[in-house]
Amino acid sequence: MLRFTLRNVMARKVRLLLSALAIVLGVGFLSGSLVFTDTMGKSFDNIIGGSIADASVRLTGIDRTSLSAALNIDQRTLPASLVSTVASAPGVARADGSVYGQGMFVVKANGKLLGGTGAPTMALNFNDAPNASGEPTVTIARGRAPEKTGEVVLDQRSAENAGYEIGDTVRMVTAGDQPRVAATLVGYADFAGGGLAGATMVLFDTRTAQDLFMDGKDAYTSIELTADKGVSQEQLVKAVEPLLPKDAEAVTGKHQADEFKSVVDTVLGYLNTFLLVFAAIALVVGSFLIVNTFSILVAQRSRELAILRALGASRGQVARSVLAEAVVVGLLGASAGLALGFGLATGLRAVFASFGLDLSATSLVFSARTILVSYVVGVTVTMFAAYLPARRAARVAPVEAMRDGTARPERSLRRRWIVGTAMAVLGGTLVTTGLMGDGGWGAAQVGLGMFTVLMAIAVMSPAIAVPVLAPLGALYARVFGTTGRLATQNSLRNPGRTAATASALMIGLALVTTISILAASVSASIDSGIDEQFTSDFLISNAIGQSFSPSIADDVRHVDGVGVIAPAQLTSLKVDGDQLNADATDSRALEQIFHITYVSGDAAVGDREIALMEDRANALGVKVGDDVTLSFASGDLPSRVTGIYQSTYVVADAVIPFSTLTAAKVQRADTSIAVNAEPGADKAALARDLDAATADFPTVTVQNKDDFAEAQRGQVDQLLYLIYALLGLAIVIAALGIVNTLALSIVERTREIGVLRAVGLSRRQLRRMVRLEAIAISLLGAVLGIGAGLLFGVILQQIVKDQGITDLAVPWVRLVVFIAVATVVGVLAAVLPARRAAGLNVLRAISTH
Amino acid sequence: MSTHHGRPDSIAARTVDLTKVYGIGDAEVHALDGVTVEIHAGEFTAVMGPSGSGKSTLVHCMAALDTPTSGSVFLGETELAHLKDKELTELRRDRIGFVFQAYNLVPTLTAEENVLLPLAIAGRKPDPDWYDTVIDAVGLRDRLGHRPNEMSGGQQQRVACARALMSRPTIVFADEPTGNLDSTASAEILAFLRDSVRDFGQTVVMVTHDPVAASYTDRVIFLADGKVVDELRSPTSETVLAHMSGARRGPETGQGHAALHTA
Repeated sequence: MLRFTLRNVMARKVRLLLSALAIVLGVGFLSGSLVFTDTMGKSFDNIIGGSIADASVRLTGIDRTSLSAALNIDQRTLPASLVSTVASAPGVARADGSVYGQGMFVVKANGKLLGGTGAPTMALNFNDAPNASGEPTVTIARGRAPEKTGEVVLDQRSAENAGYEIGDTVRMVTAGDQPRVAATLVGYADFAGGGLAGATMVLFDTRTAQDLFMDGKDAYTSIELTADKGVSQEQLVKAVEPLLPKDAEAVTGKHQADEFKSVVDTVLGYLNTFLLVFAAIALVVGSFLIVNTFSILVAQRSRELAILRALGASRGQVARSVLAEAVVVGLLGASAGLALGFGLATGLRAVFASFGLDLSATSLVFSARTILVSYVVGVTVTMFAAYLPARRAARVAPVEAMRDGTARPERSLRRRWIVGTAMAVLGGTLVTTGLMGDGGWGAAQVGLGMFTVLMAIAVMSPAIAVPVLAPLGALYARVFGTTGRLATQNSLRNPGRTAATASALMIGLALVTTISILAASVSASIDSGIDEQFTSDFLISNAIGQSFSPSIADDVRHVDGVGVIAPAQLTSLKVDGDQLNADATDSRALEQIFHITYVSGDAAVGDREIALMEDRANALGVKVGDDVTLSFASGDLPSRVTGIYQSTYVVADAVIPFSTLTAAKVQRADTSIAVNAEPGADKAALARDLDAATADFPTVTVQNKDDFAEAQRGQVDQLLYLIYALLGLAIVIAALGIVNTLALSIVERTREIGVLRAVGLSRRQLRRMVRLEAIAISLLGAVLGIGAGLLFGVILQQIVKDQGITDLAVPWVRLVVFIAVATVVGVLAAVLPARRAAGLNVLRAISTH
Repeated sequence: MSTHHGRPDSIAARTVDLTKVYGIGDAEVHALDGVTVEIHAGEFTAVMGPSGSGKSTLVHCMAALDTPTSGSVFLGETELAHLKDKELTELRRDRIGFVFQAYNLVPTLTAEENVLLPLAIAGRKPDPDWYDTVIDAVGLRDRLGHRPNEMSGGQQQRVACARALMSRPTIVFADEPTGNLDSTASAEILAFLRDSVRDFGQTVVMVTHDPVAASYTDRVIFLADGKVVDELRSPTSETVLAHMSGARRGPETGQGHAALHTA
């Protein structure tokens, strides 16, 4: 039987190639995602390995495993005297003080910001402290080390990207009191472990670094310890622990590596999940294509299979021969998919490099897991998709061998209605319970429910196809006459096949529509929110929420025509143990610009006061006058709730006065400045003056209401286009499905096509007939998909209504564009099958059996 | 049976030194080897011969379904060799009717739609009188809404005959139209074809190997090894059988006749 199977695969190379292509694309996406995230992980592993010492002494209380903690710059330091204290501990070979400066950016030679959106900028004091493997973390590759104030060293890649060479003056900005820094580039540095993944390294001598980041104190942010030979990391930690002040701790290098890894893994986990969701979508869509291909192949081979049955093959043997074919297709598809994945990972790396995350120092990681998962998924999906057709093949009665023709009656549509309705009810229930549940499990239920509903539509689609295609058929007949009528009847001849082909497109378009509705709703909500609440004339902020020096607010305050300004600093803290983001600001100034509606109480202006957003206060169960505990890295601060305000875009979950930050030893660095013009001031002139006042700081932008709205919408659109691009793969696979179905049904209808040609159908008319059939299929998919997407989009908007997506917007124009795109997909998918049909030799076609 | 309707002297179609070679080199087969025949308008002509004699090939070439290797085919005064695919398509649509052995109806269309298909493709309306005449002649009035798979073989073939006649073609070719039918259904089809010649002046050329079928025609052309070997007018099944055995017995008897027709 195996030989028979292989011969079949070979005999139907082209058709199976098309269905294998679906697997190739799906597995390619899958393996590409895995290879890329593995490569990213490896790259960070190298950085970890290159930078971490045997042990480290550092400040307590900083949550180094969460990303939000990075919002605050801790002002606490370790005194320089501690370095010599720990250096003298038994087992310590050497101790090096590190100064790590946050909030610094290099300004490129062209005045633009270096990096910014991608990997971070790390400002450090230069020393030759070794990492855990004994080699110095940082070495000078060219030039020399920084020795005094006014000298700086950059890693070579960043220096090149910024357009600086040794001897040039490098401009930098900080979030601290000295906002502008200029220094001569004296050397290029290399980072142990190969590459910084696109991060920028800025090195100063220790004194200068302390001036910039330690308020001039002879102090450090951490102390790196190197162990004597034979002393373990744990022993090292034990030895120095008794010598440390209260707010310092010693941790092993391994512990630090684990912390860093958990952050990296979280981020990579999100990325991986994001990419794998699209790989899964591609595979689901692809499996429709495979089901269809195998169904048609089995139908066409029913006579041959019946002969096998008549010759004594068992049902199992027939089914297995079809499944074995699926295995071969799956293996071939997965192999090609792996190769494609390699290419995709290379492409992804290039895309990320353009965003500033440069992984070129690490070669692509092809793990055994990637290969195993690719083959398992490729073969399983193909076999799963081929299972039903295989079972149907086994049911071929031996007597069919003697019958003429391969057409077999469709199974009743009633069963489809029953199964489909049951699935739809199940899906609906899942969505409903998912909505009532919360967190990840609730969202997963909603997703699963929507998937089930989509499958229900796919199951029922043969029955839905008839009424949906009826008006199109009428239009076709009217416009294209007989050709149109023939096309409609062809598409309805085997509603199951048409519907399965259309379903693949439906899934893609349903998702695209859902996402479009959500994005439009988000944009509309932003617009209306901004319209109501953005009452400042200008907003000065950083595009990605990085903080900047408070001295900018002082500069702005003195610009002619400025009336009121309200700087604010976004900060991360815990209120009674709940993590939230708060705005530290001067509420009196802020409320001259923005209107904040208090449900009860009033603004937090005095020391140790806090105002909370209504839903936060409810979640915490606190009311005005209650005492709450604010937790920062440096410790806890009791505060009193003075006010509870309505949900707003203008401020975060809570508002605290600047004095709380000072008490919490969090460095002041603004994240936004709201500016109102003096009454009667020329706003256009003021805008120019504000731009001029902040010209030195590429970290900040001055926006008016329209700019701000535009920037916010731009972020939504960027994400939307990314998702469109990823879902485009599903559309491509669906288009392949249409090509496949058309090609196969043309083979099946060869004789009929010959007859049509014999009775006078011209090649053009024939091509048009095939094209119209393809358009009918893709429009069916579009109508079902857009319908389902509308439903999902509206439901999802209702779910997230409370989370700020208050307005429902349906992008009708875009939906019409989708229908147009579907039509084009149909036309393109028909090109090859139509050409093939038109090229058939009339006489030979007629004599085909 | 020899009475001609229409114009007895006009030629509906003819071939001149028609050759068709399949394959190349050792595999070369001369399906037609210099055939010159004339089909008289308003006549019912049968083309007979053993398997592989080239009778189907001859009809396919004349019906513009196949292209000859050399020689010419004329439909009326039109030489097919000069026509492009588009013109050949229109020729098939407007001036040729074809009845296949395997009916070859379009399964998605009803009987009525199948009958009107060539006209619909051309974008023309049927002449209602002619439509009624043909439908009544084939006796399909009560079957018009049925699809092919709801009809017997004989009924399907009657639909195919009506389709062939609907555009009032210059000539109708029928390739073993009764090959798949029992004797009753065959008789109906043959009677219809004969009546269409007698009553409507239709020109019909039929490929057959059945002497009884041939007895319905006005003239029988015998082919063997790609050549015309004999001809018979006003045949009966007995005379046809006699000629067939004569043709099979040896080339001598045939060659005398063939000389009349081959250049």
